[in-house]
Amino acid sequence: MNVLVYLIPISIFLGGLGLVGFFWSIRSRQYDDPEGDANRILTGEYDDHPKP
Amino acid sequence: MSEVQISACPACVAAPAAEEAAHARDVRDTRFVLSLPAIYCAACISGVERELIKQPGVRAARVNLTLKRAQVDADEDVSVDDLISALTRAGYEAYELDAGAISATETDRKGRAILTRIAVSGFAMMNVMLLSIAVWSGASDVTRDMFHWISAAIALPAIAYAAQPFFGSAWSALRVRRLNMDVPISLAILLAGGMSLFETMESGRHAYFDAALSLTFFLLAGRYLDYRTRSVARSAAEELAALEVPRATLADGTVVSIADLAKGALVRVVPGARVPVDGIVVEGASELDRSLLTGESLPVEAGVDTIVSAGEVNLTGPLVVKVTAAGEDSSLHRMADLVAMAETSRNKYTSLADRAAQVYAPAVHLLSLAAFIGWMIATGDVRHSLNIAVAVLIITCPCALGLAVPAVTTAASGRLFRSGVLIKSATALERLAEVDTVVFDKTGTLTEGRPELSNLADIPPHARGVAMALAAGSAHPLSAALFEAARAAGVEPAPVSDIREVPGQGVEGRLDGMPVRLGRAAWLETQALAQTATYLKIGDETPVAFAFVDHLREGASEAVAALKRQGKDVVLLSGDAPAAVADIARRIGIDAWDAECLPEAKALRVAELTRSGRKVLMVGDGLNDTAALAAAHVSISPASALEATRVVSDMVLLGKSLAPLGEATQVAVSATKRIKENFNIATLYNLIAVPIALAGFATPLAAALAMSASSITVSLNALRLTRFTKR
Repeated sequence: MNVLVYLIPISIFLGGLGLVGFFWSIRSRQYDDPEGDANRILTGEYDDHPKP
Repeated sequence: MSEVQISACPACVAAPAAEEAAHARDVRDTRFVLSLPAIYCAACISGVERELIKQPGVRAARVNLTLKRAQVDADEDVSVDDLISALTRAGYEAYELDAGAISATETDRKGRAILTRIAVSGFAMMNVMLLSIAVWSGASDVTRDMFHWISAAIALPAIAYAAQPFFGSAWSALRVRRLNMDVPISLAILLAGGMSLFETMESGRHAYFDAALSLTFFLLAGRYLDYRTRSVARSAAEELAALEVPRATLADGTVVSIADLAKGALVRVVPGARVPVDGIVVEGASELDRSLLTGESLPVEAGVDTIVSAGEVNLTGPLVVKVTAAGEDSSLHRMADLVAMAETSRNKYTSLADRAAQVYAPAVHLLSLAAFIGWMIATGDVRHSLNIAVAVLIITCPCALGLAVPAVTTAASGRLFRSGVLIKSATALERLAEVDTVVFDKTGTLTEGRPELSNLADIPPHARGVAMALAAGSAHPLSAALFEAARAAGVEPAPVSDIREVPGQGVEGRLDGMPVRLGRAAWLETQALAQTATYLKIGDETPVAFAFVDHLREGASEAVAALKRQGKDVVLLSGDAPAAVADIARRIGIDAWDAECLPEAKALRVAELTRSGRKVLMVGDGLNDTAALAAAHVSISPASALEATRVVSDMVLLGKSLAPLGEATQVAVSATKRIKENFNIATLYNLIAVPIALAGFATPLAAALAMSASSITVSLNALRLTRFTKR
């Protein structure tokens, strides 16, 4: 059972990584225009300016 | 503990700061905000952006499809009118929005705060559940205690952060000695957390950390859906308010904000513009369209000393108006105040969710208290009794109830928003579902207030060409309609020379040395018809009348037909002349109609219907409808209505068409049905789970399973609504 000493911190760290990723997506305003983003992927033009 | 701090805290501290920075950059960059109500697809996004970038001086443009808006960054000398006309030419309907009136960033911040809390509680919930699986599958003694301690280290800080909205709301309710839904929620979360910590310290078998966290998570999700629906509605309502950029042109040509106008100032009103203030005409002659204020489709003559009110539209000649009241004091605003008072009566409507909460909150407390007392008497064991009381509190906690209503309203209002109906009031959907009588206004609602020539076939052929040539020389709506009809019929304009517009009267010219005139009956010294018409006189011939009917609004017949199919009574109440109203009623298929209704008469009719037990839906756009709109059970106005009218309405039709009305009532009915179904599901689940908890058989595993199962059932049931309406 000693392996838990490593496994639990690792699992929490990995989960935390996901959480930080989610915070990053909120911070970079990725939920401002969900419909627009879903549609933009269909246009042929390359879109390299995510914000005005 | 240290892991939790590393993973959870830097982000929650950093997030608001980054938000601030992004927010600041946003405002500095944007010069114009345009509303694009008709865009819907990928091609529209790139089309609009390409068109905007092509304009000289525009640095950047970005379309937001969710909000149907474009933000434009441009040089100082770029005029917004050029951008709008460029977009209109390219086929995209566009309007300027008053950037100051849109506070989207403020509401965004709240939304992100809830999302952050959902993320924290979700993260903690998943970790604790993983740890709990070990306990549920049989970990014992020291191992179990260790898992409980780790769970506590993750759960307690997460609860302290994520459940704050519930604690805040419960505290403010308790302070004024009231109970709301958040009181049992907070109590359950706090008791579950505290009890579990105590059990952990005593090496007990049951800890409810996962239940406390999943409760927080599901309820926050419901809270976010609720918030999202409201914020979309609010930002769209703000958008409607921002559409009317309140400006007036002074007599010397400078443009000022209405708020800066003083009494006695001279304001110029060009043909085609809306009168911005109350005042008296001091110069010029013209005709005024008062249909928004009175519902009358015939224009009235205006000259020196005519009293004009804000909201009227100037048709022919330029007018100079001396201001008697502007902004807050104008008749428009006074009317809006009256309406606000009439409205409070309707605000007494209690929503299904509130009615459920009123019963539910006290019942939950009493039940868990009863469980505690009962087990105390039976066993005398405080710790065991408290454990059971907590289990009851967790199981009865309105997890499914908290999701039941927001999930349905989000699905329904999202569906309606996409088809062009904006829901402004939180209870509007429920009220719309009860409607059995629909009252329509005519001018501006069933019709567009745009005339259409009706008797071109009866006009002698030589007169057609002359009228067309004269009509081309005027911007009056009747002239424009006449010209359009003649052009569509392939009429060639006659060689009329010296064409000159006489403000407020008509157009005159010369044909082969003969004077020809097109205009008002009085000007041509002839008898006026009972309906909207203009008259043509060639030399000494008898004048010819060109009669006009109102152009039906797109989708009006479909909407009326759909409402009738649903078994609703349809009534038409108008302030216009009987002939015009009868004609429209016949064309659209309404049997019950009333003409020449004063604003009070309309409100009275609606009140009468209400008294006889009917639930009335009022659809209207004019200022003369506002009282009736406020008196009705639920009200809808088109986006072209005056601001005061839109303010009293529960719903606004965003597009030009009336067709979404039929769908809206249908969606409202099925949404209310889903809400009730969801309540039933939640009740059923409580009926099964509560006796188990009371008997003391509820383990943390059972609580976790039951809670998740009921929440997911309720959400899936709500989602059925979107599928049903997509047919």
